[in-house]
Amino acid sequence: MLRHNATPTAMSAPVAPFPQVDHQRAVFTDGLALDCGVTLAGHTVAYRTYGKLNTARSNAVLVCHALTGDQYLAETNPVTGKPGWWDNIVGPDRPLDTNRYFLICANVLGGCMGSTGPREEMTDAEGHGMGRPWGTDFPNITVRDMVRQQKRLVEHLGIDRLLAVVGGSLGGMQALQWAACYPESVFACVPIATAAQHSAQNIAFDEVGRAAIHADPDYRGGRYWEDGRVPAQGLSVARMVAHITYLSEEALQRKFGRKLRGAQTLTLLEDVFEVQSYLRYQGSTFVRRFDANSYLTITRATDYLDIAAEHEGSLARAFAGTATRFFVASFSSDWLYPTSESRHIVRALNAAAANVSFVEFPTDKGHDAFLLEEPEFHRALGGFLAGCAARLGV
Amino acid sequence: MPDTHPPIQYVAKNMRLDLRLIGEMVTPGARVLDIGCGDGALLAHLTTTKGADARGIEIDMAEVTEAVANGLAVIHGDADNDLAFYPDAAFDYVILSRTLQAVERPREVLRQMLRIGRHAIVSFPNFGHWQVRWQLLTGGRMPMTGTWHRPWFETPNIHPCSIRDFFDLCALEGYTVEQWLAADENGLRAPWRRSSRLANLFGEQALFLLRRG
Repeated sequence: MLRHNATPTAMSAPVAPFPQVDHQRAVFTDGLALDCGVTLAGHTVAYRTYGKLNTARSNAVLVCHALTGDQYLAETNPVTGKPGWWDNIVGPDRPLDTNRYFLICANVLGGCMGSTGPREEMTDAEGHGMGRPWGTDFPNITVRDMVRQQKRLVEHLGIDRLLAVVGGSLGGMQALQWAACYPESVFACVPIATAAQHSAQNIAFDEVGRAAIHADPDYRGGRYWEDGRVPAQGLSVARMVAHITYLSEEALQRKFGRKLRGAQTLTLLEDVFEVQSYLRYQGSTFVRRFDANSYLTITRATDYLDIAAEHEGSLARAFAGTATRFFVASFSSDWLYPTSESRHIVRALNAAAANVSFVEFPTDKGHDAFLLEEPEFHRALGGFLAGCAARLGV
Repeated sequence: MPDTHPPIQYVAKNMRLDLRLIGEMVTPGARVLDIGCGDGALLAHLTTTKGADARGIEIDMAEVTEAVANGLAVIHGDADNDLAFYPDAAFDYVILSRTLQAVERPREVLRQMLRIGRHAIVSFPNFGHWQVRWQLLTGGRMPMTGTWHRPWFETPNIHPCSIRDFFDLCALEGYTVEQWLAADENGLRAPWRRSSRLANLFGEQALFLLRRG
């Protein structure tokens, strides 16, 4: 049973209060069984849609967001006031063409933008609210759990088969997991700048971020919500470290070099490099919009990801016999999920005799390239989706 | 004078040859892999005219982008490194059009083609053509012809062979030549089918249909 538009749990923080936002939601009162063995008695998905679902219900494209993204794909974000994170490719005659497709974007399970997660009200085994947020009592989730929950939303919207599941980074992991779990429900899958498992280096960087949050005295073992504080310092450092991994060395150098803030030369007094200032800004704005326990939950979920391990150690087996068409895209200067990870996926798909396209796009913008102006990438994405749509008569 | 040519990795395709002659060899509804497929013109042709399940591999990013943007299944990769990942007999035909002479390990590429495909279709420019022989004999320099038109120091064609060389390799590897023909540069079939020696002298390029054993 469903109910829309519940009011989010009230939270406040002296650093910068989370704005109160009513997210569009679907509330499910039946259970969601998680990989860790826990079943969430009830659960909520906050989501947005763009474009119109056709009468055949065949033009739905699920867009999956990355670690710190959200459901506000292509409209002003009500929390940050900034444009949607993929605003540049969504709209009439753009790659994600809202005249042609019905786009769905949902906040991930474990997120902090209205979907069930550490910041939302904890529920007991019967699904009754307990008057406190989940916090660190929120169960450990996996990318597969996120996808299971999205499947419920898609069914709720009356869609049997998605024209495509598209996503970059963690969103790409979800797209792959969709194709592995529900091949009959995914006509096309577009994993972008992503990997089928987290590498030791990926886990290591995540751990630095988590350690920074844990080390913040305001974290208080995860119960910071009790006195309305947030571990702003720790969360900010986590964001700063992660942000470095999103950019290439070349892009950082081009953008900032050794430039100083408000000065031409070093004084050895209170010099601030532009890059320092930039990272501090990234950190400080992040804590105003993201929940620390959500950050811990989602980064752990990405670290747990190992699609091959879920299929007797063979990534090809995860896609055996699949009829899904794939377009794998990587970016040459992405060192967070380098092209080798995408090639690994492509080779597994080839071994599974799947229909796969793959392009490594040359760019110096690093991992973030998937969100930025990359005309060749956009042309290929748009053409691939249009080709799939034409095959389905959309 | 600076070199104004963009760096190229493989020779340009003669699509007329690919489309017509190769198209004639492929049975309707076949599963096809085109290695070095360029922008996918042959894939599109086989899909529309033969109802083929056609896929491609291409090394050049701009070409792959073009193909993918046209809705074709093409991966950014190359013959030397990517064939090993396909399962046995995944395709009915594996096509290598005017690319064999440019790969690192042509013998291994052929083996992979006939492992993952029931048939291999291979075309290559013939280094035994009389103009090539004549230029080397009389000029004492690397030949430059309509087909072999890049200077030796920048040609991507690192493994040129003649039609007779290719027959020898097929015999050595135990491949059955199901069909072969020599053609001129425009893809017009040349009339030397009875004699590989004459074809080797007058054919500018050759097209082979092979199978294992």
